Amino acid sequence: MSGRDFVRSLPGGGGSLTARRLNNMHLDPLLLAALLAVIAFGLVVLFSALGKDIATFDGQVARMLLALAIMVVAAQFEPGVYLRWTPLLYAVGMVLLIAVEFVGVIAKGSQRWLEVPGLPRFQPSEIMRIAVPLMVAWYFNERPLPPKFSHLCVALAIIGAPAVLIAIQPDLGTGILVASAGLAVIVLAGLQWRWIGLAIVAGVAALPGLWYVLRDYQRSRVLTLFDPERDPLGAGWNIIQSTTAIGSGGVFGKGLFEGTQSHLDFLPEGQTDFIIAVVAEELGLVGVITLLLLYLVIIARGLWIATQARQTFGRLTAGGLTLTFFVYAFVNIAMVSGLLPVVGVPLPLVSYGGTSAITLLAGFGIVMSIYTHRGW
Amino acid sequence: MVASAHIKDPNREQRDFTSRVIALFLLALLAIFVLIARMIHLQVADYEKYRTRADQNRIQVQPIGPPRGLIFDRNGVLLADNQPVFSLGLIAEQITDLNELLAELHKLVEFDDRDVDAFKKRFERRRRSFEAVPLKVVLSEEEIAALAVNRFRLPGVVVEAQLVRHYPLGSLLGHAIGSVRRISEDDLKVLDPVSYSATQFIGKLGVERVYERSLHGQVGYQQVETDARGRVRKVLNVQPPVAGQNLTLQLDVRLQQAATDALGERRGAVVAIDPRTGGILAMVSNPGYDPNLFVTGISAARYKELSEDRQMPLFNRAINGQYAPGSTFKPMVALCGLSLGATNWDRTISDHGFFKLPGQARIYRDWSWTKGNSGGQGIVDLQRAIYRSSNVYFFDLASKLDINDFVSCASKFGYGRNTAVDVADALPGRLPDPVWKRGAKGEPWYPGDNVNMGVGQGDVLATPLQLATVAALIAERGHWNRPRLLLSSDQALTEWDPPPPLPDITNLVSASDWERLIDAMEMVVHRGNLGYQQSGTAFPYIGKDLPYRMAGKSGTAQVVGIKQGETYDEKELTEFQRKHAWFIAFAPADAPEIAVSVLVENGGGGSAFASPVARKVIDAYLLPTLATPLVTR
Repeated sequence: MSGRDFVRSLPGGGGSLTARRLNNMHLDPLLLAALLAVIAFGLVVLFSALGKDIATFDGQVARMLLALAIMVVAAQFEPGVYLRWTPLLYAVGMVLLIAVEFVGVIAKGSQRWLEVPGLPRFQPSEIMRIAVPLMVAWYFNERPLPPKFSHLCVALAIIGAPAVLIAIQPDLGTGILVASAGLAVIVLAGLQWRWIGLAIVAGVAALPGLWYVLRDYQRSRVLTLFDPERDPLGAGWNIIQSTTAIGSGGVFGKGLFEGTQSHLDFLPEGQTDFIIAVVAEELGLVGVITLLLLYLVIIARGLWIATQARQTFGRLTAGGLTLTFFVYAFVNIAMVSGLLPVVGVPLPLVSYGGTSAITLLAGFGIVMSIYTHRGW
Repeated sequence: MVASAHIKDPNREQRDFTSRVIALFLLALLAIFVLIARMIHLQVADYEKYRTRADQNRIQVQPIGPPRGLIFDRNGVLLADNQPVFSLGLIAEQITDLNELLAELHKLVEFDDRDVDAFKKRFERRRRSFEAVPLKVVLSEEEIAALAVNRFRLPGVVVEAQLVRHYPLGSLLGHAIGSVRRISEDDLKVLDPVSYSATQFIGKLGVERVYERSLHGQVGYQQVETDARGRVRKVLNVQPPVAGQNLTLQLDVRLQQAATDALGERRGAVVAIDPRTGGILAMVSNPGYDPNLFVTGISAARYKELSEDRQMPLFNRAINGQYAPGSTFKPMVALCGLSLGATNWDRTISDHGFFKLPGQARIYRDWSWTKGNSGGQGIVDLQRAIYRSSNVYFFDLASKLDINDFVSCASKFGYGRNTAVDVADALPGRLPDPVWKRGAKGEPWYPGDNVNMGVGQGDVLATPLQLATVAALIAERGHWNRPRLLLSSDQALTEWDPPPPLPDITNLVSASDWERLIDAMEMVVHRGNLGYQQSGTAFPYIGKDLPYRMAGKSGTAQVVGIKQGETYDEKELTEFQRKHAWFIAFAPADAPEIAVSVLVENGGGGSAFASPVARKVIDAYLLPTLATPLVTR
């Protein structure tokens, strides 16, 4: 069955001219629409958070267009191409992560960045956000599922190596997110529920031990979660100001550009990691729920696409990348609203900055490729 | 089953995968519900709490300093106002390297190390964040321009306009009305931190100090929206400050000017009082200083120059200069002698130029005494003792007085205490008595102390303000009006609690005694052309062509003691050892409108040097030679 035939047989907009054209371009109309809606929503909020700074805003629009272009390009390759190149991508990512340990640039107290002449400074951990779920999917592609214990161990090693390297930079947040992307693939691969239950129990039991591994600033972030007032001007400042921004927005918000917390600089990182607080302050509960529903559409569509894939690699990749996207969104919002400790995770497709958007949209490009190259 | 588990089974995988996806999707849905629940908790349940917190974050209350009340003279001439000056301030939060910045500023603006030290002290104790701490308060036009041009490379440097006290007449009234100074650390310990929260200056001397609470006004407030760094973005609400009370003083600037001119280059003081009210019409201490210098901080070099000047321009002689009153003491001694029954108008003595206590060898000399020629004024009664200023008469009279009666009578004239309503800085002078002498000198009171006190010498001290007060009291025939500087204020001064009136001493002696004393004082000025030793002491200097009746008394205060058997020889003494010249007067004698005391430091004889000054002051007040007549008397 060709892709075109399939789309035509879809209920809803599948028959429209636009949908057909998009399908010819290997793009999924629903997923694309939801992504564009989030991006548009994000740009509006960002314009406010930037204090109507047109120049910076234009830069972000350009970055978003670039990320969308990368998504379109990524969608053109057959999933087989990704399957072939996954080990290499993973290997390159690992090499770069190791390189970061030795020649990385230190900024804000951690060694995360790599400077390659001719390229903008970048974090190799970004590559791993895609490479890890791809690699796990690649690994399980030819193997029987549910995975055997030995295979499981290999998969955990594939996940663990980069996650640990990233965590010791130190960038515990990204490390955990990269690990969770891989673990999502393992869960999707059919890991027995009892093992999952066992892992959760073990994880909870290990939590106290984790405390001793944490660095001081990480510990204070955890303590701050439970009692932001213990250091209101230091570690607690961010979370106090972000919850104040969110709470003061109320149901309908103070209005776009009217947020006092964000525009009077009380809210730290209002354009980047804490932008959900700007959404909540200026657009209120309504704005937050709107954004969450858009995210939900993306996730639902991504997971549905995963179920439509014929091959293990396609299923696991599409499902893994989609879940990764959701984990990012959840962790970010939970962190800003004071449910999780502060970790450096941007709000997907909304926060200021380009690399995160490029990685995420490249991932959705792969998801669309999997969907529109139905042989897979 | 076990074997099949190791073979790839696409159908089963697809089924398993779908169930996993459904499970994970439900998990994601749950996670989203958790987030929404959290948002509802923050945005709906706790909305009020966070709304309040956000407002508290951004809204701050800032004090606005009240403009200080203005000060006018009795004719409405402005004596103290507030003028904008441009000051250079630094904002700590915006400065990276203070010393580097100061070095950079030094190229553009003039200031010295002392300024920097004082600035650094203020810098340490600044009150609010993003408050500009003044480095230099008065910038010249050139400096403002230089700073404006270089502004872009001087972050944290601000040029601010503020209202600062200004005294338009400068040194003419420096001593009379005092001045404000920048609030010091010591001031902060006692000041109400709320009402002074936006005020940088406080009255430190004179009227400015006495009426500080009324002049200061009430602090205002503004609600401002600030950002997280404390910078004001928007003013939301203003409660304007209430300006301080405007005060009108008794002073008459033209009389002040006339008195200053009359003193000329000489060091000294003039105080003129309207005896009918006690209002201080003029209060001059010469040389004066420009109080504006002190308002915004004076340079170390200039301050040193002023404070070490031998002429002592910073010394307010009118109220803080305590001198032996000399013969200006005598009218009081005469009245007390009459009151205590120690003398009367008919009693005479024989004045041979010196006085001896019974059984003592020490001689007390009259001013007319010279070595070899004993001098003396001949037969002297009380009237003659006053217009000829016979020391011997008063030596004799004082020796007859009980010291405690004498002192208690003298204190009724205001000697030894500050009787002024609102001249808080005035010193009390000194009225010695046996208790004081025992304490201060460890000696008993000798009869000789009585003798010296009879002519205003010895340990007795008085200020020009006190002697002007005595002149006014005599002019009023014993009716007390405490001297005062304040004439009126816009509204009643609620913060001000004036001292109670002093009891009149009109009954100290009979009405005719008052008139005879005043007649004798008129003779000091007007009695003349009657032959050798018949003229009043001041007649040759001021009495010949006076168009009105003036009562006066000259005085001469010794600065260095003259040993027994020696003569005061002006030529042998340095300028600063010469006698001080006094003159007190009031006029017109029968209905006095002005009472004056004049002190000329190291001037010599009171009649010769001080009485012409007094006449010029009274002339200026009474004679219609002024271009415009005085509005209020």
